[in-house]
Amino acid sequence: MSETEALESMVGGEYKYGFTTDVEYEDFPNGINEDIIREISRRKDEPEWVLEFRLEAFEKWKQMEEPDWPNVEYEKPDFDNIQYYSSTKKKDGKKPESLDDVDPQILETYEKLGIPLQEQKQLQGIAVDAVFDSESIFTTFKEKLAEAGVIFCSISEAIQDHPEIVKEYMGSVVPKGDNFYAALNSAVFSDGSFVYVPEDTVCPMELSTYFRINNMQSGQFERTLIICEDNSHVSYLEGCTAPQYQQNQLHAAVVELVALEDAEIKYSTIQNWYSGDEKGQGGIFNFVTKRGHCRGDNSKISWTQVETGSAITWKYPSVILAGDNSVGEFYSVAVTNQRQQADTGTKMIHVGKNTKSTIISKGISAGESNNSYRGLVKISPRADGAQNYSVCDSMLIGQTCGAHTFPYIESANPTAKVEHEASTSRVGEEQIFYLQQRGMDEDDAISLIVNGFAKEVLQELPMEFAVEADKLLGIKLEGSVG
Amino acid sequence: MLEIKDLHVCVEEDPSEKILKGVNLTINEGEIHAIMGPNGSGKSTLSKVVAGHEAYEVTQGNILYNGESILELEADERAHLGIFLAFQYPVEVPGVTNKNLLRQAYNTIAEEQGREELDPLQFEDHAREQLKLIDMKEEFLERSVNAGFSGGEKKRNEIFQMAVLQPKLAFLDETDSGLDIDALKIVANGINELSGEDNAVVLVTHYQRILDYVQPDHVHVMIDGKIAKSGDKDLAIKLEEEGYDWLSEGASVL
Ligand SMILES: Nc1ncnc2c1ncn2[C@@H]1O[C@H](COP(=O)(O)OP(=O)(O)OP(=O)(O)O)[C@@H](O)[C@H]1O
Ligand SMILES: [Mg+2]
Repeated sequence: MSETEALESMVGGEYKYGFTTDVEYEDFPNGINEDIIREISRRKDEPEWVLEFRLEAFEKWKQMEEPDWPNVEYEKPDFDNIQYYSSTKKKDGKKPESLDDVDPQILETYEKLGIPLQEQKQLQGIAVDAVFDSESIFTTFKEKLAEAGVIFCSISEAIQDHPEIVKEYMGSVVPKGDNFYAALNSAVFSDGSFVYVPEDTVCPMELSTYFRINNMQSGQFERTLIICEDNSHVSYLEGCTAPQYQQNQLHAAVVELVALEDAEIKYSTIQNWYSGDEKGQGGIFNFVTKRGHCRGDNSKISWTQVETGSAITWKYPSVILAGDNSVGEFYSVAVTNQRQQADTGTKMIHVGKNTKSTIISKGISAGESNNSYRGLVKISPRADGAQNYSVCDSMLIGQTCGAHTFPYIESANPTAKVEHEASTSRVGEEQIFYLQQRGMDEDDAISLIVNGFAKEVLQELPMEFAVEADKLLGIKLEGSVG
Repeated sequence: MLEIKDLHVCVEEDPSEKILKGVNLTINEGEIHAIMGPNGSGKSTLSKVVAGHEAYEVTQGNILYNGESILELEADERAHLGIFLAFQYPVEVPGVTNKNLLRQAYNTIAEEQGREELDPLQFEDHAREQLKLIDMKEEFLERSVNAGFSGGEKKRNEIFQMAVLQPKLAFLDETDSGLDIDALKIVANGINELSGEDNAVVLVTHYQRILDYVQPDHVHVMIDGKIAKSGDKDLAIKLEEEGYDWLSEGASVL
């Protein structure tokens, strides 16, 4: 059977990725306990140290409480009713060696998502790791990248093939017990991507991972680790979508970035998880811990995110600026519509001397949604000459949505300079009328206004994805006025 | 081209706020009309109602464009028919360049009218030509729509937009206010260039001086939501000298 699009037309229709792929899954029990964790590790054929990592995290998680400080309201997930590992049935029970071994329906799914994996159709200049539920299905251009010395594969493969690197870095930026959802992830994590760029290397292609949650029962707990050695450079982009289901699904990821001396990591996200219907039914709970460590002097980590999906978003991509003269950036557009709730922002932790951070956050709320920016700029006593510049702008569409900003500044160094600007504006009737008078329909008018508002962030995206993001914002807000 | 018949308009949210109280006005191709009148008499409201602003409700009367009522059409659909409004208070759209706005606008209208759309390069040429007409610097193409423009620049930008979009019927709501004397000449010149046999221009103005450069065929005076008097250019001169008082009394007798 092929994919069904029935739900899509039922629920508004504007979410293009709400279809389900009808594949067969391996049986896996619901719930979380030590046996389940051992079983995940067994199925992945992991070395003992990974199992220990998981079990220690699980112990910590059991002691922790789900945080209630984010400005979002939801019914807490029933952790015993989630399937923590979801893999599709394989022909001979083995991971596909080539595309010929991949279930054609999954290939079709990626094609439909605009990310064809087949060699003749592959996106040019972009290597893709395709993650379907708990597994990486395929990674393109691996050989070509290997020629440049770049390792790009799933984290499970990296654990098998490059254990020494994974062992050194995994959990070094986001410790196992960092927070409730990071601890949960550390206990049950499955495929995310692994990137290693050796010294003096500019990664020859754009790298990207496409995350797809398909199984209604499961959540996604991917883990991604990117390491850039001295004087290296990589640009990485992730995209995410999921089918429309009546019930919520949990996505609790951990992403760790490590930049050594003079290295630069650019990490972009286009998050378009299913966001639930207009009554707030269904949608993804997106509870994610993302952190980068500018470990070396003169290193740079830059986060760019376009957050349009998910019922609830709770994420703060952060940078620890440890190396002297290191640079952290956070560019964010977060759009909420209907009943969506987002509490998102960043933390810039200045440790090294003359470290610099920039935060540009653009929140757009429509419908009955609630959109909060939460950010921390922390300057440690050692961080002489640290500088931060933050701009947090909110745009409201209609009268029933909310926008909030929670900026926290903690400076323990008098030589530091911290600048914060914030603004709130409303898309007015007059603005829309003006553009309509020039010939644009209402949706195009709003799309134009919103894209203008978010321009500073959108222009940070890799070229290949900027157009896509532009369109996405427009589609997201269709019909949000009148 | 445009026939406004016994038009009564109130504020949508507050129907007791009656603004237009029976406006009659006929505009033919090739004509230039001027509408004058005291502050708050309803000139801008009339322009916005013709353009399709949703804040107003037509309670009586009709607006015909080429013989057909346009009351049911959305603002963008009216724009597609070739109706243009230069705003008294042009709106800022941060982050959206003049060029982007106008290219999208031009091509949307062209598509609706079955004319050829322009690719980015063709559009750039077209826009540059119009810039020259009103003596604006090329950087205006790349600047965000009206954001940070001076009062006069905003007005000029409205004329620039009109030049690019080449409407059939243009309402220019106090486009001459706040212009220095050179800019006034340039704008007037632009209006003259753009008016022709096939299109019509309605100038809403408080000052006779623009009429030294743009010759109106008809001059109307709006008072308290009605056209109190119509005439030729001499009427404008008389108004400039004597004010509106002599008309208000006459109007109340009517
Ligand atoms: N949306 C609205 N809500 C309430 N009152 C309105 C609205 N729009 C216009 N009015 C009122 O209608 C009257 C006419 O306004 P309008 O702007 O049309 O006047 P005008 O002739 O253009 O004046 P001016 O010469 O000062 O530009 C004014 O009293 C104004 O306050
Ligand atoms: Mg006015």
